Amino acid sequence: MADLLDLTVAEAAAKIAAGEISADEYGAAWRAAAAGDELNAYLWTADGADALETDWNGDGESAPAGEGDATPYGSNAPAPAASGPLAGIPIAIKDIFTTQGIPTTAGSRILEGYRPPYTASAVRRLTAAGAHVLGKTNMDEFAMGSSNENSAYGPVLNPWDRGRVPGGSSGGSAAAVAGGLAPAALGTDTGGSIRQPASLCGIVGLKPTYGAISRFGMIAFASSLDQCGPFTRDVTDAALLLGVLQGKDPLDSTSVGIEGGIALPTREDLAGLRFGVPRELGEATLDAGVRAVFEATVARIEELGGQIVEITLPHAEHGISAYYVIAPAEASSNLARFDGVRYGLREAGDEDLIEMYERTRSEGFGAEVKRRIMLGTYALSSGYYDAYYGQAQKVRTRIAQDFDTAFAEVDFVITPTSPSVAFGLGAKTDDPLAMYLNDFFTVPMSLAGIPAIALPAGLAAPEDGGAGAPQLPVGFQIAAPAFAEQKLLDAAHALEGALGFAAAVGDALPWKGGARA
Amino acid sequence: MPDTALEAVIGLEIHVQLSTRTKMFCGCELSFGDDPNVHTCPICLAHPGVLPVPNEEAIRYALKIGMALGCEIAPRSIFHRKNYFYPDNPKAYQISQYDIPICGAGKLGDIRITRAHLEEDAAKSIHLGDSGRIHGSGASLVDFNRGGTPLVEIVTEPDLRGAAEAAEWARLLRETVRQLGVSDVNMEEGSLRVDANVSVRPAGSTELGTKTELKNMNSFRFLQRGIEAELERQRELLGAGGTVEQETLHFDPASGELTSLRSKEEAHDYRYFPEPDLVAIAPTEALLAEARDSLPELPAARTARYEAELGLDEAQARLLAGDPEQAGYFEAVVAAVGEGAEPRVVANWVTGELTAALRASEDAERPEPGVLADLIGAVASKQVSHAGGKQVLAILVADRDADVAEVVEREGLAQMGGDDGELAGIVAAAIAGDPAAAEQIRSGNGKAIGAIVGAVMRETGGRADGGEVNRLIREQLGL
Amino acid sequence: MAVDAAGRGPPRIVPVIDREQVLHVARLSRLRLDDDEVETMAGELSGILEHVDRIRGLDLEGVEPTSHVVHLENVLRADVPWQSMPPAVALAAAPEPFDGAFRVPSPQADAD
Repeated sequence: MADLLDLTVAEAAAKIAAGEISADEYGAAWRAAAAGDELNAYLWTADGADALETDWNGDGESAPAGEGDATPYGSNAPAPAASGPLAGIPIAIKDIFTTQGIPTTAGSRILEGYRPPYTASAVRRLTAAGAHVLGKTNMDEFAMGSSNENSAYGPVLNPWDRGRVPGGSSGGSAAAVAGGLAPAALGTDTGGSIRQPASLCGIVGLKPTYGAISRFGMIAFASSLDQCGPFTRDVTDAALLLGVLQGKDPLDSTSVGIEGGIALPTREDLAGLRFGVPRELGEATLDAGVRAVFEATVARIEELGGQIVEITLPHAEHGISAYYVIAPAEASSNLARFDGVRYGLREAGDEDLIEMYERTRSEGFGAEVKRRIMLGTYALSSGYYDAYYGQAQKVRTRIAQDFDTAFAEVDFVITPTSPSVAFGLGAKTDDPLAMYLNDFFTVPMSLAGIPAIALPAGLAAPEDGGAGAPQLPVGFQIAAPAFAEQKLLDAAHALEGALGFAAAVGDALPWKGGARA
Repeated sequence: MPDTALEAVIGLEIHVQLSTRTKMFCGCELSFGDDPNVHTCPICLAHPGVLPVPNEEAIRYALKIGMALGCEIAPRSIFHRKNYFYPDNPKAYQISQYDIPICGAGKLGDIRITRAHLEEDAAKSIHLGDSGRIHGSGASLVDFNRGGTPLVEIVTEPDLRGAAEAAEWARLLRETVRQLGVSDVNMEEGSLRVDANVSVRPAGSTELGTKTELKNMNSFRFLQRGIEAELERQRELLGAGGTVEQETLHFDPASGELTSLRSKEEAHDYRYFPEPDLVAIAPTEALLAEARDSLPELPAARTARYEAELGLDEAQARLLAGDPEQAGYFEAVVAAVGEGAEPRVVANWVTGELTAALRASEDAERPEPGVLADLIGAVASKQVSHAGGKQVLAILVADRDADVAEVVEREGLAQMGGDDGELAGIVAAAIAGDPAAAEQIRSGNGKAIGAIVGAVMRETGGRADGGEVNRLIREQLGL
Repeated sequence: MAVDAAGRGPPRIVPVIDREQVLHVARLSRLRLDDDEVETMAGELSGILEHVDRIRGLDLEGVEPTSHVVHLENVLRADVPWQSMPPAVALAAAPEPFDGAFRVPSPQADAD
């Protein structure tokens, strides 16, 4: 059985299509693995099979999952297609995506027990390609967090060291893939919520260009920044999933898709490609081990024929400030719909409407969500809009211009993904600002809307670990111009091959049979 | 004492529900009077994760309204979110337009339009009444069928100077929007809602006084009465040395009273910001041309043309222009009559005699324009008397195949002239039959002539020309 | 930022958010905070705002704000009805369904 779970998605899909392995056996093996979750990575698994009956028209049939459906929901929940590039592949879905009849909480108490009447477009694209929903993964409440400690359903543990965080906000998805509980997972990234947990868990995480994948059915945190993307063990699987997920969706006005689609990458060298290293990195606060891995990776790029060029991103240092105005501002509006009227939690307050609102929201939302709602409301409120929100949007323009200038010179911009390796549970929960600074390297790309991939590049000892602490994965980030995903994946594939991360770690990889046992 | 030297300054805010097939941002059908919550989907119930996509037809309708009101069309406009909590506002923000509306400054009649923008309607709450709890203010039920209906909000400059003028202008606006075919404009059903901003100031002043906002006036009559009541209140208040407080007032048509809608909540802070889920609207040349080409001749323009080109008086012109179907018929009759009668005479027949004849019977139908033209021509050339013409018309509206000449012949309604002596004989007999009246006429009582005329008309079955009868009576009495 | 007619510049904004402001923002957000939470929130928000305040000093006069990185226009939907949800589905998740509708406590009466 372990053999089946060692296959990458691309390998398994090929073997299923060729009839070399049984889709049923493969699916059952993954459902059993997911059911054995000890990381608190899942909030719901298909093994429990408690999906709500959603047979609206009473014909007992599941609706065929088609692309480009006119309505956001069938009369029945979509069923996986029998064939397609992902036929028979179970995929873990971050609990921020709506799934018809299947509990969807976004990690919040306010949605406890909520079963949506429709399925997210990204999930429909997966099922239309033959994939199955393996489970719904734990996350920071409404995707607000960098450690997954803000979930109303308990923190997720890092499979490399269960005393440490997996990163966030898509911590459950990252831990599920890294921990051998799913072959691949769907996450969302607003300021780093795919790249940072991928980095802390030693797997590949891709944040595509804003607009590449539909946001319909992704519970909104910051609408102008949120983007869906895959967690996979390798770059090829990331390309395979992106190819299925990308596309214009009539239900999302801001979706564009990627022209020409995505082919599986085969490139093995970096000759002729220019990689920009921001000059500002020199002054950045960064763990020594992380810096060492970054420098070794830069050397590897040069060995592969890539050229390293110093660039400058003068406004990137203001990324966190702009982000922590824009994202909370949009969130304060997006989360206002959780009011106890139409779905979700309602705390009694029968005497008065305002009391009902306040009790429902105060008891339904956790501390971090309340903090960001307050911050965002403040930034948008009368008298402060220009000073905060207006100014942050201008900083955003400047950051995007910095990238434009850089991309006139180079093909990619490279940075570490996160300033440190995975930190201990509880280490930063009392200092929201310290937690926010985790996103220092990932936020600028989010503000510019450009694609970026996090690759596991090596191991480093945690600085808070003491002697003999196990080494932990370090991520490497490559960013590319908008919609240059194909080029990004090709380069990442070449670098991945040269780094040989998985081969070097070998059986110590948490998803390998040995570690799982 | 109300200070009548204070001039009224009134601006209107009009919400027009568009009569598209579906809602502004989702594909649920629009309806009126259906069971609650049968036209809802995850989008208009604001389930987590949903996104809006604008209705193309609503954009077209908004452009038509903007063009009809002479507004500048924004080359690029965006949507904003207006944030506030209320059960009928499911996202807790309304998608509206803020600093860049789709239609900018314009004018209808003499009144300047500030803007016209697109937004979505709220759902409907029905108050259940007191629940009987100690602190209970009862409960409400929310029905989301209406939620998300496309709206165009039209805002005027404070150019109106009286309640009657405001109501009359609002009627013109309604008629204009109705003729565009973009809304039912039914005030009772709420597809047209008019709020008024009312203030007063010393006549001749250019500064604006503190205004109040009047809501819930669901007919033009109530609009006028509400504004009248508020003007009187403000004039009295200021006359007594008081000051007007800026507030929202609710008009109760039953009592005619205005009550303040002051709530315990803090002042509104809507925290407008650009809606990140939507992209800009930049009307293409094709879209603009399509809207422009589909504009009918609107009431204000038609009224002006009837006055200038056809010589109609203003009241008559406006009456016709207010009903484009009738106006079209009128123009067809004018064309068919040609030189046979003045357009003013045709207008009198169409809006007067014909309307009355149609009202007389349920089965009555308008005659072909050529047929009515024949009749009007016959009356104008005195072949048929006016009274006889009305009798012919009664037959024409009942029988679409009838021919004017044939009806006149069959019914013996050809006008009696004075030439053949027949009418003179009937007049002589009538004078002889009422010597008392004849004596009174001779002694100077002109009114007594009516009795003799009546007798002649009875005798001729209305075929005689009234003027000719009068002339013959006077002639025969030697006056 | 524009200077108004009276010649005043933009209002100087004290970055540190005080107790009253916290309560005001909480009311706007429909959140109820107890006394301890108000204190904690005031401290935490002040810390974040001090950091965020760095961007307020930047000279960005004339820079266009970016509210969106997608440069699309006129993404519209044809006016064609789709199938709405059966009312039972619409009300399935409602905390208090009542007679085919969503029941809520009434807003406070308008009168004081």
